[in-house]
Amino acid sequence: MKLLWFHLMPYTELPDDFRERHNSVWVDIDRGLLDPAVAHRLYNEFMDELEYAAAAGFDAVCVNEHHANGYGLMPSPNLIAAALARRTSDAALCILGNSLALYNPPTRVAEEMAMIDCISGGRLIAGFPVGTPMDTCFAYGQNPSTLRARYLEAHDLVLEAWTRRETFAFNGRFNQLRYVNTWPHPVQKPHPPIWIPGGGSVETWQWCAAMDYVYCYLSYFGYKAGRETMMGFWREMERLGKDRNPYRAGFLQFVGVAETRDEAVKLYKEPAEYFYGRCLHVDSRYVNPPGYNSEATQRARVTSQVVTAAQRAATFSGGATWDEILAKGFVIIGSPDEVAMQLRQVAVDLNVGHLMLLLQFGNMGRDLANHNTRLFAERVLPQLRDLYDKDWEDRWWPKPLPKQDRAVPQPPVREAAE
Amino acid sequence: MSAPAERSVSVNGAPCRVWEKGRGSPAFYLAGFGGLPRWTPFLDRLAERRRVIAPSLPGFPGAAGHDRLDTLIDWVAATLDLVEGAGLAGGDLIGASVGGALAAEVTALSPGLVRRLVLIAPFGLYDPSAPPTDLWAQKPPSVPGLLCAEPKAYNDHMAPPEGVSAEEWPIITTRASEAAARLLWPLADTRLERRLHRIRCPTTILWGAADKLLPPSYAERFAKGIAGKTTTAIIPGAGHLADLDQPARVAEAVLTALG
Repeated sequence: MKLLWFHLMPYTELPDDFRERHNSVWVDIDRGLLDPAVAHRLYNEFMDELEYAAAAGFDAVCVNEHHANGYGLMPSPNLIAAALARRTSDAALCILGNSLALYNPPTRVAEEMAMIDCISGGRLIAGFPVGTPMDTCFAYGQNPSTLRARYLEAHDLVLEAWTRRETFAFNGRFNQLRYVNTWPHPVQKPHPPIWIPGGGSVETWQWCAAMDYVYCYLSYFGYKAGRETMMGFWREMERLGKDRNPYRAGFLQFVGVAETRDEAVKLYKEPAEYFYGRCLHVDSRYVNPPGYNSEATQRARVTSQVVTAAQRAATFSGGATWDEILAKGFVIIGSPDEVAMQLRQVAVDLNVGHLMLLLQFGNMGRDLANHNTRLFAERVLPQLRDLYDKDWEDRWWPKPLPKQDRAVPQPPVREAAE
Repeated sequence: MSAPAERSVSVNGAPCRVWEKGRGSPAFYLAGFGGLPRWTPFLDRLAERRRVIAPSLPGFPGAAGHDRLDTLIDWVAATLDLVEGAGLAGGDLIGASVGGALAAEVTALSPGLVRRLVLIAPFGLYDPSAPPTDLWAQKPPSVPGLLCAEPKAYNDHMAPPEGVSAEEWPIITTRASEAAARLLWPLADTRLERRLHRIRCPTTILWGAADKLLPPSYAERFAKGIAGKTTTAIIPGAGHLADLDQPARVAEAVLTALG
């Protein structure tokens, strides 16, 4: 199976009384809480952590897009991925992703991702989420009633921009372009693998099946809460006559590894409480603009993941948090063997071939994040690698240029002093 | 209240309900947020003296097709199809809230369509010193109090009507909210200001004194922009959906305006 290292890039210095004194971590988070000098340090440390993970042997490093968000400092994941393209050599670069409806014209996404695919020699995974209501409808002012139609059209445009061999005109419902001609176009042909992070809507599953895309369930609430969604996904695949190739799916899990479980508690309790306390403090006013969920989804009574997240976050309160985090499996902690055993069970139970790990979370610093990453890479990852590899082909993994054809970034050479 | 007669007008191939009641010269009514889940005491008062015709805008209760309308020109054309299909040709038009924004648009763009215009807290303008409240970023319990001075007036109006299932009703009300959002997201500024000068007919502007979505100061902006003779009245005891809060007072003001 594939193990992917995922960074949210949370701001690590939200105050202790954030929940009491501040309205929301998202949309209208207090500007004054961010110190750009701290952001300078954090970006550099976070990118160190991503590079460390890539060097440690993870199959991919993952970045994602959020706007006006205190737990996600990546309004532009493409900037980070571009930097990683130069500082990593083998790991796939998984952008999960670009919210297509936010880009005007959406060919911007086709261009930037093609650039990253070229710079990295074909290591890009292109993720296309609709985007949360907080990101799209509120922070970016998109109309919730047209968001999905715009998203689907932008997807078609990007795909055409990547695959057509000639300059073409695009006369869409929302986008009109006389000349579409993406320079460069991607290394990977016909295009980089496309992964769709989504909530639990049947329509998304059906679309992934029809397009042969990977469906990713990026829940912050662990494998127990995610089980129902993933079971629903596989039931729908079966109904549609698709095989159970576990590489059709991706799943996100928070993990903390230490020598012993007791030590893991000591190390990871605080960052977990920081994340589930402060980072998920989302004002519920922003979670359900009318039209964001289709009527079919409303009828199916499938609440979107973000609604669930905000409702869950709203129920958190002080003391019981850590017990709940562990009992409900939001975070898996333990010794390397314990974690490996649990994750293997999770992967088998959910039938997931792409496991995305959040090994930095909350206010965890670089040293601890790297410690977690190293223990995982050296002692957990080898126990999981073999899973599914004999039985299934991962048709959704990047196909880079042969190693010998890939450019090697060269350190700058100083001219001799004049 | 006796039930209104019902017929349907097709707009872009989607059926839109038209309710009608009363005798006299016709008065057309385009409703605001939430639309018309039921006939209202305000419309009943009007129907004592006029033939009241209430077409439902696409997406609001009784009408489909909002998802075909992508731009303001789509909405204006659909509204023209709707009111003309319902029989408006040189008659009187009343528009409230969301319906007020579109009533103003069609009056501005279709000369001779409207004899007298009444706008009840219409949307369409944007005052940076008093921006419209974001109705789509609210916790559900606070919505009635934002739309009506007396939340009960809103809750009674929006209660599931007979014959609609408890499962389907929230979908219908969400659709109405979505239709309004589709037209007005994110700031409720349709740039109507640029076309107000084309409204040349006598126009009455009514505003609830306790409007928490659009403050009554907007009445003046409308009055200033409209080329026809304008009369403005502030309705005491009324919120944004003034005709739900004060049916008798608003009906009286409307009947006076229409002469």
